[in-house]
Amino acid sequence: MKKINNQFEEFGGKYIPETLMPLINELEEKYFQLRNDKNFQSELNKLLIEYAGRPTPIYYAKNLTKKIGGAKIYLKREDLLHGGAHKINNTLGQALLAKKMNKNRVIAETGAGQHGIATAMACAILALESEIYMGRTDGARQKINLLKMKLLGSKIHLVNSGSQTLKDAINEAIKDWIKNVNNTYYLIGSVVGPHPYPTMVRDFQSIIGKEIKLQMYKKNKKHPDIAIACVGGGSNAIGTFYPLLNTNTELIGVEAGGRGLKTDDHAATLNRGSKGILHGMMTYILQDNDGQIKNTHSISAGLDYPGVGPEHAYLMNKKLAKYEIVNDDEAFNAFLLLSKTEGIMPALESAHAVAHAIKIASEMKKSRSIIITISGRGDKDIEIINKMLNYV
Amino acid sequence: MSRIKDSFYNLKKKNEQALIPYIMAGYPNDKYCMATIKSIINNGADMLEIGFPFSDPLADGQIIQNASRISIEQKMNMKKLLSMIKNIRNETKIPIIIMTYANIIYQYGYEKFLSDAKSNGADGLIIPDLPIEEASTYKQFAQYYNIETIFLVAPNTPTNRIKKICKICSGFLYLVSTYGTTGTKININNELKNLIKTIKHITNNKIPLGIGFGVSTTKDIMLLDKQYVDAVIIGSALLKIINKTYPKLNQTQIKISEFIHELKSATK
Repeated sequence: MKKINNQFEEFGGKYIPETLMPLINELEEKYFQLRNDKNFQSELNKLLIEYAGRPTPIYYAKNLTKKIGGAKIYLKREDLLHGGAHKINNTLGQALLAKKMNKNRVIAETGAGQHGIATAMACAILALESEIYMGRTDGARQKINLLKMKLLGSKIHLVNSGSQTLKDAINEAIKDWIKNVNNTYYLIGSVVGPHPYPTMVRDFQSIIGKEIKLQMYKKNKKHPDIAIACVGGGSNAIGTFYPLLNTNTELIGVEAGGRGLKTDDHAATLNRGSKGILHGMMTYILQDNDGQIKNTHSISAGLDYPGVGPEHAYLMNKKLAKYEIVNDDEAFNAFLLLSKTEGIMPALESAHAVAHAIKIASEMKKSRSIIITISGRGDKDIEIINKMLNYV
Repeated sequence: MSRIKDSFYNLKKKNEQALIPYIMAGYPNDKYCMATIKSIINNGADMLEIGFPFSDPLADGQIIQNASRISIEQKMNMKKLLSMIKNIRNETKIPIIIMTYANIIYQYGYEKFLSDAKSNGADGLIIPDLPIEEASTYKQFAQYYNIETIFLVAPNTPTNRIKKICKICSGFLYLVSTYGTTGTKININNELKNLIKTIKHITNNKIPLGIGFGVSTTKDIMLLDKQYVDAVIIGSALLKIINKTYPKLNQTQIKISEFIHELKSATK
């Protein structure tokens, strides 16, 4: 039996400016009140079933399994959720919380745009105002998602500072929150930021792992041997891992190796980073010797982040989960392979998890099983894929 | 006694507020920065606050964030900062306060940082993203090396929290004047004045009160009652002058000297 801990020992914390402290404390208090509130949970559950489309199926990828020739590969289809990604599990939970806290203005950051869309949707049905911060570079590579957010009623702020990606979008969202303390709720999209966000977002995403546990057990009368998920901030991975921590399932997170770890163009925070403080939390970060945050690179905007959720740092240090690397080209090939063998286009983020599964499945016995969380669908990435293939 | 405490003690006797200009280390380049600092200390600054850049400065507005980026591009690092402080210390006796972010000092090592800062002549520290909950190791070493730990309070900080902050805060208590980042326009209305009085009442006059984030003119200073406000911190407004006059160093020095002189007169 592996031990589960709600605090992440030296990781996590609240490294935030004083202005935010009363807000974070209020949020913490309110969240832990509602966490066990039956009405809140049933309201959220109703939204998850009727609006988001839960539960999502487990699919046995027969063709891919045959092609690789080893362990049975299963897919947890979070890509089938409304909005096309796991992000809605979290945004519905937090938007509902914002509503209960009487905050009518919601702000959020987004990298690939999936969290922005999920926020816009949750705010639309709960009649909340939403404003989304997105790095200009990310906005340019995810134009369709930018348009979707606008159509769903969100106001978009393109961020010009720093590397103009997710990290900078988070900075600007936090600054917005400092300015608008009275009416604004900051809806963070991953298991990052000051406490209680990493715990809260993990709780909302844990529905993924809870379902996997039940569904896989129903299918095979045992837990999966290995669970694999991609890690940027790490919300779909924690959601997958957390409920499986008390089983014997081996947990593997996959980080973006970008152009390779020999270059500086990657986002392999746990593999190549060191302990530090960013965005209100103590965790592993990619930084130089002076403590300045490094620019990262990944083919997938959603993994392009120099930090990682503090619970992943904790799980790695406690050896409760392993963290592997997949490069841009491997993720790209995995995207193509899954598309052709199973007719499923994974998000480039999720394709990292698929690529790692492909690597290890062939070495495993046929009686063993791997579950991959397909955190989102690949429609948003087809322009990037097309650029590399020159198809049309 | 420390340099900061001495300074407040002497200013109190003269019924003056402390003028604390803020400058970003190595901005727009090392030489320019040192020349600017000279103009600041030669024209009546009571203390000097030096910012060390961080790539992701959550508490700073556009002006200081931009200066941070340029300072990092100019290869500012801790070694350079410390030798810069040593040089300033050779020129002046006024207290020197370093302002930077938690990751910078965590990366350098809390103990090494506090020890090196002190031995090179720094007197106090401001770390805006290190709230009291996360500050125990830092505070322990700061006490050991005899460096003042200046903590911030915001307009929404509850009374019991202000009391807790005062327990580990030393040098002065730094009031963030408005909701927002550095350089946000201050609004000295009755609300702020009442807030200042309330905080002063809570601190029971045991620790001086400084105000920053948006204080930018002599008028702002005049509106802040000397009975309650012991120090004013001016940052973004100074950087604006540098931005306007750069690269004419002579012009920068003249304008900065005039500005500091005016501000100092307003604190008397």
